[in-house]
Amino acid sequence: MKKAILILLCAALPGLSLASGGEHVKLDAVKIDLSDKASLQRGARTFVNYCLSCHSISYMRYNRMGEDLGLSEELVKANLMFASDKTGELMKAAMTREDGKKWFGTAPPDLSLVARSRGPEWFYTYMRSFYRDDKSSTGWNNSVFPSVAMPHVLHDVQGLQRAVYRTEKHESESVKDGKKVKKVTEEQVFDRFEIEKPGSMTPQQYDESMRDLANFMVYVGEPAKLVRYRLGISVLIFLAIFFVVAYLLKKEYWKDVH
Amino acid sequence: MEKLLAWIDDRFPLTKVWEEHLSKYYTPKNFNFWYYFGSLALLVLVMQIVTGIFLTMHYKPDTESAFASVEFIMRDVSWGWLIRYMHSTGASFFFIVVYLHMFRAMMYGSHRKPRELLWIIGVIIFVALMAESFMGYLLPWGNMSYWGAQVIISLFEAIPYIGPGLSEWIRGDFVVADATLNRFFAFHVIAIPLVLVILVFVHIVALHKVGSSNPDGIEIKKKKDANGIPLDGIPFHPYYTVKDIVGVVVFLMVFSAVVFFAPELGGWFLEHDNFVPANILQTPPEIVPLWYFTPYYSILRANTVSFILDAKVWGVIFMALSIMVFFFLPWLDRSPVKSIRYRGWIFKTALAFFVVAFVILGYLGTKSPQAIDLMLFPNVYWAQIFTIVYFAFFALMPWYTKIDKTKPVPERVTK
Amino acid sequence: MSEGVDRDKRRFLTLLTTGVGAIGVGFAATPFVLSMTPSARARAAGAPVEVDISKLESGQMMTVEWRGKPVWIVRRTKDMLASLPALDKVVADPESKVADQQPSYAANKTRSLKPELLVLVGICTHLGCSPSQKFQVGPASGMGDDWTGGFFCPCHGSKFDLAGRVFKGVPAPTNLPVPPHTFLSDTRILIGEDKKGAA
Repeated sequence: MKKAILILLCAALPGLSLASGGEHVKLDAVKIDLSDKASLQRGARTFVNYCLSCHSISYMRYNRMGEDLGLSEELVKANLMFASDKTGELMKAAMTREDGKKWFGTAPPDLSLVARSRGPEWFYTYMRSFYRDDKSSTGWNNSVFPSVAMPHVLHDVQGLQRAVYRTEKHESESVKDGKKVKKVTEEQVFDRFEIEKPGSMTPQQYDESMRDLANFMVYVGEPAKLVRYRLGISVLIFLAIFFVVAYLLKKEYWKDVH
Repeated sequence: MEKLLAWIDDRFPLTKVWEEHLSKYYTPKNFNFWYYFGSLALLVLVMQIVTGIFLTMHYKPDTESAFASVEFIMRDVSWGWLIRYMHSTGASFFFIVVYLHMFRAMMYGSHRKPRELLWIIGVIIFVALMAESFMGYLLPWGNMSYWGAQVIISLFEAIPYIGPGLSEWIRGDFVVADATLNRFFAFHVIAIPLVLVILVFVHIVALHKVGSSNPDGIEIKKKKDANGIPLDGIPFHPYYTVKDIVGVVVFLMVFSAVVFFAPELGGWFLEHDNFVPANILQTPPEIVPLWYFTPYYSILRANTVSFILDAKVWGVIFMALSIMVFFFLPWLDRSPVKSIRYRGWIFKTALAFFVVAFVILGYLGTKSPQAIDLMLFPNVYWAQIFTIVYFAFFALMPWYTKIDKTKPVPERVTK
Repeated sequence: MSEGVDRDKRRFLTLLTTGVGAIGVGFAATPFVLSMTPSARARAAGAPVEVDISKLESGQMMTVEWRGKPVWIVRRTKDMLASLPALDKVVADPESKVADQQPSYAANKTRSLKPELLVLVGICTHLGCSPSQKFQVGPASGMGDDWTGGFFCPCHGSKFDLAGRVFKGVPAPTNLPVPPHTFLSDTRILIGEDKKGAA
């Protein structure tokens, strides 16, 4: 009977590979490594320098970040705190939500959990997908988040990125008045990004910087991630020992039962 | 020590209860893997209550602070992250364990006479569990919490005449709001846990009255020795206490692996959209309930035809029926034999189809009805097919269990 | 059951399982117990408070809040300080021997780091009311002819002198507590932290 279930389930499997149509932006892979403290520190610095003025990470405390990243309280106060001086405070943005709404149309969201709701790949790709768009109010657009209200804050670092398109011809057939009609349409398809004017970093350096930032955002999303893997291994080892002991006890008593 | 025990026994039936329900409660000796899930369900219940109590120390049930209070637990409360993950993982594991527990009953005929009432109490526990987890899911006040609750409560509006009023009464407001959050908190933390604990107690009382069944489906009380002890029975303590400890340890290993290494389980146990605070102006692209509700969600959406009543109303009716039908199982099953071991190929096939339908309906519940995720045609048509299979399992049962060829049932239990 | 049951083995294995199980329960209970300790938020709210005393005049007292409690800072005059030795016989703990009530640097005659600056937690050591300031000397204070200044608790009548020392024969058992504090400069005191670190 169990075999029958298995067979029937397997029969349905090939169908699962047919994904539904639907626009999915291709997201680039990013190497997240929370044990790389240097990377997290660089990410923290980037965030505080470029992002914290508009985006809060209001579930994070300065002193917790300092402790987890291996930074002393003095270092945190000197390099990562501009608005307040109490390290126990939450990392709130300088801009208020009302002002944000006024200036951008929508308040810049809190980013504490962006790595958990959107995923680090989304964030990493987003930060590298801004391009010049004269039609938008900020002068910038983003291929991961079309018509985003956020300007490219890091354009002085990445440089001026433009989207380059190519023309694609599409042939389609239809029947009109009993006769086959061929139609050829042309479409502008996104081809690649190009850096028109270089910024202070090379593309490779910028990618690495954004990887550090994504790494930092994953940490901010869940600081406990630093400890839970290690703890989990200890727990499983303990339970394995407990299993052996409990099993020996069970076997001993069940000798009675035939 | 004996003196103390005697003092207590004069005033409280301690030794009597110990003997009647543990050291002299005779259980079939041939319990297999499928019989761990009852005690595991009890373990998960206790775990949810304990972790729940500690979460309640820090959680704030109002719309302004709820989401933040959960993040506060995750970051500022010592070990809060662990307690939270145990509770969210525990909720999913509760359903894994309970579904397997129910499946065991269906396989081995634990719902058959004289255990019909035991089964019914169990189904009531299942419904209470669904209510408990539905209300619990609103509490983090994430975007999926909000919109999921909004969608499901508005289902009640489909009920003719009293619908809209009923929905408003449930919500305490015109939309899911602070009033709803607060009352769901009261239900989730106090009312339903009390009901669950009482029901589980009653469930065990009912079980001990008739005695446990076993994989062979035969009644061990029919063959007793000179002392009145069932020949195939062994005292629950120490044999099954000792065996269940092993079961608990293995369960905790699997549970811990999830809690420590993959608490989100790729979005199945903690949905990604719920890491965004509830936004009454923006619905998530797809509203998907947690995995354990997806089969019923599928059945709800499968109804697309309006006939006298609106399609939406039929969806609600069939979804309710898909759960209510479990109550009737003891009377739908007409086989002279209890356990699947002695049934013919018809029942085995039917049960296999039921499981496949349940799993696929669950999968379809996570997908958009218009998309093509299986093959050939849109998901909604597959949902309709498998809904029919689901109900056919029950509707045709009186017939196919009667005509199914059975094997002779042994006198004594087998391994 | 059957013959030849190895009781010793069973007892050993049962004890072993119980032992390992008890350790497990201990491990499991620890996070729950610890979750009830003050959270990072509570500790942040209870963080040390910096006070600017540049405007505090001689003979005056100011009150600030630290960890939800009132903290008094008094800039004592020479006369106020001079009045203290005479009270050694009428106060219960003149040498501040009860260690819990002040850090070591305040276990002196003036119960302070700098003689003139008194820092006290303004909560009566009897049952927790906040005493009133009674700096006026003599019969005009309403505290009796011999009154040389101090604090009076309206709830049950406890009296403290200008070093926060509790008088004999009143309900309060101990001197008013001195919180850990340190001078960041001549005009700034940090309440709640001293050289040893945050309280």
